[in-house]
Amino acid sequence: MDSEALERRFQARIDADERIEPKDWMPDSYRRTLIRQMAQHAHSEIVGMLPEGNWITRAPTLKRKAILMAKVQDEGGHGAYLYGATETLGVTRDALIEELLAGAAKYSSIFNYPTPTWADIGAIGWLVDGAAIMNQIPLCRCSFGPYARAMVRICKEESFHQRQGYDIMLQLSRGTDAQRRMAQEALDRWWWPSLMMFGPPDADSKHSAQSMRWKIKRFSNDELRERFIEFTVPQAQYLGLTVPQGEIDWSEFRDVLDGHGPCNRERLAARRRAHEQGLWVRDAATAYASRQAARKMQAAS
Amino acid sequence: MSTSRDWPLFEVFIRARGGLDHKHVGSVHAVDARMAMEHARDLYTRRQEGVSIWVVRSSEIIASDPSDADAFFEPARDKVYRHPTFYDIPDEVKTL
Repeated sequence: MDSEALERRFQARIDADERIEPKDWMPDSYRRTLIRQMAQHAHSEIVGMLPEGNWITRAPTLKRKAILMAKVQDEGGHGAYLYGATETLGVTRDALIEELLAGAAKYSSIFNYPTPTWADIGAIGWLVDGAAIMNQIPLCRCSFGPYARAMVRICKEESFHQRQGYDIMLQLSRGTDAQRRMAQEALDRWWWPSLMMFGPPDADSKHSAQSMRWKIKRFSNDELRERFIEFTVPQAQYLGLTVPQGEIDWSEFRDVLDGHGPCNRERLAARRRAHEQGLWVRDAATAYASRQAARKMQAAS
Repeated sequence: MSTSRDWPLFEVFIRARGGLDHKHVGSVHAVDARMAMEHARDLYTRRQEGVSIWVVRSSEIIASDPSDADAFFEPARDKVYRHPTFYDIPDEVKTL
């Protein structure tokens, strides 16, 4: 079959809501789009561990600390599911991680913002994970099977993340004046970056139309953003907090994306450091495994 | 250069509870079977999603070829008589 016929058959399968599996024929551009998107998604989970990991040692109570550790561990798990799903497309996790550490890969710009107070941890769970859920639920029905299945698993876990965040905000909003102020300031800080998580306005979104045709994407950036605002504003009202008014500053979004956000350099440096510091552990595990294998061979001969 | 690159890939199968089949849930990288088992536990059963885990090296799995699926599964296609709905049973006949 020529490639045009293959492509027609592929699109017909997508139109019929069939799922595409890794060994099925797919256009190169579909494969490349998925590798780019899924790797960025995986990187975002891994880099996303940093702003919150930053507060594990300073969580106000043992309960909050245990919850935060579980959440950060989940984010690492989400990264692992997504790297695994991306590998089914014929790339290696090592190569993807190398791209991230080299600064050649993108990840969600939200993780380049700092977390100066404990309330930021509440705002991240409530808003950032809330926006992530809004983006991710439609991905559970995405046309590529392994991505969709990873997203089902991730979405189940994200709900805990969002609720624990709101729970932190709830407690602060019922606290002292200083605590309420802290909650409001965190909302002010995270509101606009959270809205930017849905990506540029539809008119400027360069990958959207094709991704919609391939059913990788099922709703437009602006549709999801509007829905998020609709859900979140009453939640803020319940907390007695005020949602910032105004317009999204898209130049800020582009700056952060281009590497000029408040923490871009710090985040990558922390990832590189963690990777280097873990090297001896990975090496030791490899050496142990090969020695065990050699011993087994010897015993067998 | 790190020697830890390219740890083999293992596929992970989990039995959610007694009475159910093991079901494929994803994969992990590990140096050996024991580490694969521990990683699979940490990654896929953080919320008590399983009572039993199988891990198997991905390279050991023999898979059918999707591009050959039409021909490969063709023998079953014209045997509709294998299905109970193929047979017209009069309404008067019960519990059949």
